Amino acid sequence: MSAHSPPRWLLPAVFLVSAAALGYEILLMRLLSIVQWHHFAWMIISVALLGYGASGTAIALWRRRLQRHFTAAWSASALLFALSMTACFALGQRIPFNALALVWEPRQFLLLAALYLAFFVPFFFAAGCIGLALASASRHINRVYLADLVGAGAGALGILALLLFLRPPDALRVLAVAALAACALPALAAPRRAARLALPVAGAVVLGLLPSGWLDLRLSPYKGLSQALETVDARVLATRSGPLGLLTVVESPTVPFRHAPGLSFGTLHEPPEQLALFTDGEGFSPITRFEGDLRSPGHFADVTAALPYRLLERPRVLVLGAGGGTDVLMALALGAEHVDAVELNPQVVALVRDTYREFSGGIYSHPRVTVHVAEARGFVTRASARWDLIQVSLLDSFAASGSGVQSLAETYLYTVEALADYLRHLEPGGILAITRWLRQPPRDSLKLIATAADALRRTDHEEPGRSLAMIRSWNTGTLLVKNGTFDAGDIEAIRAFASSRSFDTAWYPGMPPEQANRYNRLPEPWIYRGAVALLGDGRADFLARYKFNVEPATDDRPYFFHFFKWSAFEELMSLREQGGAALVEWGYLILVATVLQAALAGAVLILLPLTLVRTTWPRAFVRRMGGYFFLVGLAFLFVEIAAIQKLILFLSHPLYAVAVVLAGFLVFAGAGSGVSARFLAAHPERTRLFTVVAAIVAVAVAWLTLLPSLFERLAGLGDAGRIAVALAAIAPLAFFMGMPFPIGLTRTAREAPAFLPWAWGINGFASVLSAALAALLAVELGFTAVIVTALLFYAAAALLIPRTR
Amino acid sequence: MRSPRAVRRSWLLWLPGMLLPLLAPAQETDDAWAERRAALVRELRADARYAGDLVDGGFLPEVLRAIAVVPRHEFVPEGERAYAYANRPLPIGHGQTISQPYIVALMTHLVRPQPDHVVLEVGTGSGYQAAILATLVDHVYTIEIVEPLLQEATARLERLGYDNVTTRLGDGYHGWEEHAPFDAIVVTAAASHVPPPLVRQLKPGGRMVIPVGGRFVTQELLLIEKTAEGELVTRQVAPVRFVPLTGEH
Repeated sequence: MSAHSPPRWLLPAVFLVSAAALGYEILLMRLLSIVQWHHFAWMIISVALLGYGASGTAIALWRRRLQRHFTAAWSASALLFALSMTACFALGQRIPFNALALVWEPRQFLLLAALYLAFFVPFFFAAGCIGLALASASRHINRVYLADLVGAGAGALGILALLLFLRPPDALRVLAVAALAACALPALAAPRRAARLALPVAGAVVLGLLPSGWLDLRLSPYKGLSQALETVDARVLATRSGPLGLLTVVESPTVPFRHAPGLSFGTLHEPPEQLALFTDGEGFSPITRFEGDLRSPGHFADVTAALPYRLLERPRVLVLGAGGGTDVLMALALGAEHVDAVELNPQVVALVRDTYREFSGGIYSHPRVTVHVAEARGFVTRASARWDLIQVSLLDSFAASGSGVQSLAETYLYTVEALADYLRHLEPGGILAITRWLRQPPRDSLKLIATAADALRRTDHEEPGRSLAMIRSWNTGTLLVKNGTFDAGDIEAIRAFASSRSFDTAWYPGMPPEQANRYNRLPEPWIYRGAVALLGDGRADFLARYKFNVEPATDDRPYFFHFFKWSAFEELMSLREQGGAALVEWGYLILVATVLQAALAGAVLILLPLTLVRTTWPRAFVRRMGGYFFLVGLAFLFVEIAAIQKLILFLSHPLYAVAVVLAGFLVFAGAGSGVSARFLAAHPERTRLFTVVAAIVAVAVAWLTLLPSLFERLAGLGDAGRIAVALAAIAPLAFFMGMPFPIGLTRTAREAPAFLPWAWGINGFASVLSAALAALLAVELGFTAVIVTALLFYAAAALLIPRTR
Repeated sequence: MRSPRAVRRSWLLWLPGMLLPLLAPAQETDDAWAERRAALVRELRADARYAGDLVDGGFLPEVLRAIAVVPRHEFVPEGERAYAYANRPLPIGHGQTISQPYIVALMTHLVRPQPDHVVLEVGTGSGYQAAILATLVDHVYTIEIVEPLLQEATARLERLGYDNVTTRLGDGYHGWEEHAPFDAIVVTAAASHVPPPLVRQLKPGGRMVIPVGGRFVTQELLLIEKTAEGELVTRQVAPVRFVPLTGEH
């Protein structure tokens, strides 16, 4: 290769590979959301970094040979990237990993590892291309690097745009074509074009010949959609695909859907005909047939969620998470004067309002209904209106809730800050109503009470217990939080409603204990006792002694569904065969397993091969620099993962947050590393690093303190506007975070060049581990703690770098 | 209640148990199966002491006898046979599972089956629960909504000679009016609510049991008893005696 300018094909080819790799990374998260139960973002990020780390090691080991056959190696690697991204997408769905059986089958952990390794392969080849290009480019390395970063940014954001129009398997085809084009580009520029095009053409033929069903999405047979479709005569009526989810509408004429959580079995009414609307194959949200007569769906009066309508006269209602519109219909049927319905996904609204307008009786065009397409929390935050009733819909399925599959789902709907926000938007005497599935022993219900109590204290309700009431059926609990206190009349109405429908009261101000366990008898009145403890002096003691984590979720730790405590784990596992299995949260176990397998895979695939090369170096220096690169790798991903979690609220969806953060960090950290050579170039590395770390700390502290209120103020912007704001917020932080690694490399190159492959390897290993570890730490300690830990790592790293002699 | 120390060391007990089946050789003869069944029954008898108050004194002897005779390995897919008598749920295809034997024993115990009883089951699945009931009661009517499952279960029950089981494809929500009322109703398919028609088809003095939870785990059993006067008493039975607060026994 000429030292003066790169071959013409190189920069566009690097751009294409990098874009396809980042697009693929995000596509895999989408895929896992659909076929499993969670986006597993941290796992995919870890696996992608493993690919980059391992290919770095491979290139370090065979650098000379690969450079000699640079063009051939590039084309082969790009071809293998295209083929393996397709193959592993299909293979990943065929690995029979069943998270639900994790407590019973240790083999599931092996299947999880198999999934991890399968997704590793394409990233290995993508990174192989990039690594080859960087290793072969000497003087124009900056331009190659720039093409790589711009490609990554374009890929991460481009896949979101692509998913607006294409289903995931079709988006995958586009990415594979991009990789094939990157394979073909060198041949197009070469003299004997036809012969050299054989490779990419063969690849295209192979991909073109794939049976069409090969890439189809294969949902876990235990997901709600799969189960619904097993029912005799059930069929799919419509599907919609978008970045916010895959929507499926199912009808089941022979065995009708009769979704009515918490329906009293004394009811005289059968739920009317329903269509099932699934998002990513789960989260059953019914579209209820409505023919215009608000008296006909009579069953609405007999569910626990109907309680607030007994206490309020013609309320103005806000429904958060309107979905298929059934809660909106319920509000109208129970006398709401007006309903504001908030739904995140515009495709859901379009389905109900347009496609099933007749079936749903035009519920979303009803004169007393206003539909808002918005993220629920942000909508409330910036609303200037107040409501008599704010209702948070029960959107997740019981199966998902009961098996702990969502235990790691971030949700900003049920945090202390969220509930306080809802309370501030209630009229005096207004009510916040939240219905949740109940589990025994209680978890959600107690966490909800604890969360509401904290929210009430924050909004100047001195005695939270006087503003709370909860009733329960055998499987749902409805919590009412009043902006004010419940008076004798309210309490009489609550008691009358509950007893007429055989619901139990779990808490109301002044409730006698003997009322707690009358109709649906629990072994012990746990919710009542928990409420007494949580609302009184015994709070701290109860939280410590309860075997599940029922501490309130906060915006800093928005894991409402995380109930896992290690202290109870062994007891539950030992009682597994006596029915204790239901009480173990598998989501958390997967996260722990991912941390372990990331450490193992990183050690074997990145570090171990490096030991093959015997070399010598100054040992004291290398020991310090090894620690340095490890800490810098950990710290970078800690901040990146925390930033993803933190931006989910502002950008309204995990997928947007991942795309924006990955793109932003790559591009701006890349820019930072690009200028790092010139940054305070006259000073010793230690001084430069201290300056950089000080800048990182300053920006991070500003992030933690200023960003929440800034985001709150800007939450009303459109998608593009919020993405731009988020990128602007990421820019300064990522810019400085891009510097420590290259500064360390410069120093290493000067004093121990033989250690350079190790520097890359150790940094890569730390990143692989860090992505999963950061997620674990966020669940345990919260985002602030993750970022503060990262800052400490940066400071320690700066101290580790040896003084210049 | 076991001491905290015993609990802390308990992984020594469950970990080998989880790994052992990986080594277990395939056993084919009827005697061998019977031996495994007997071992399962011994295990269930011991496990009963961890169950809640409603099982004080252990599972009903006739329930354990039923488990000792019904060939569970005939009800699980070929590939899962090695685990047929392990105390855990197993997949049977179509996103369905065969319940853990412990849960089957507990559910059967809770409906207090008598030889003259007529029982309705909603959710046939593999047919195993129906077969257990069939050995204990006069007749079992069972309804399934997944067609291939129903066909397999019907053929299986016929082949094994359970001629007091009648199967049907369709909607269990409205029960089976022609044969109502029932002495006991077992609902194995989870639903968002208890179908009121089923409650109406329960005889005074009858019992209905519904497992609540996901496919591979049963969180609790809902037990609905109709008194002789027709009043309903609902109990949520935890499958395991688990005290969620430390320091309380």
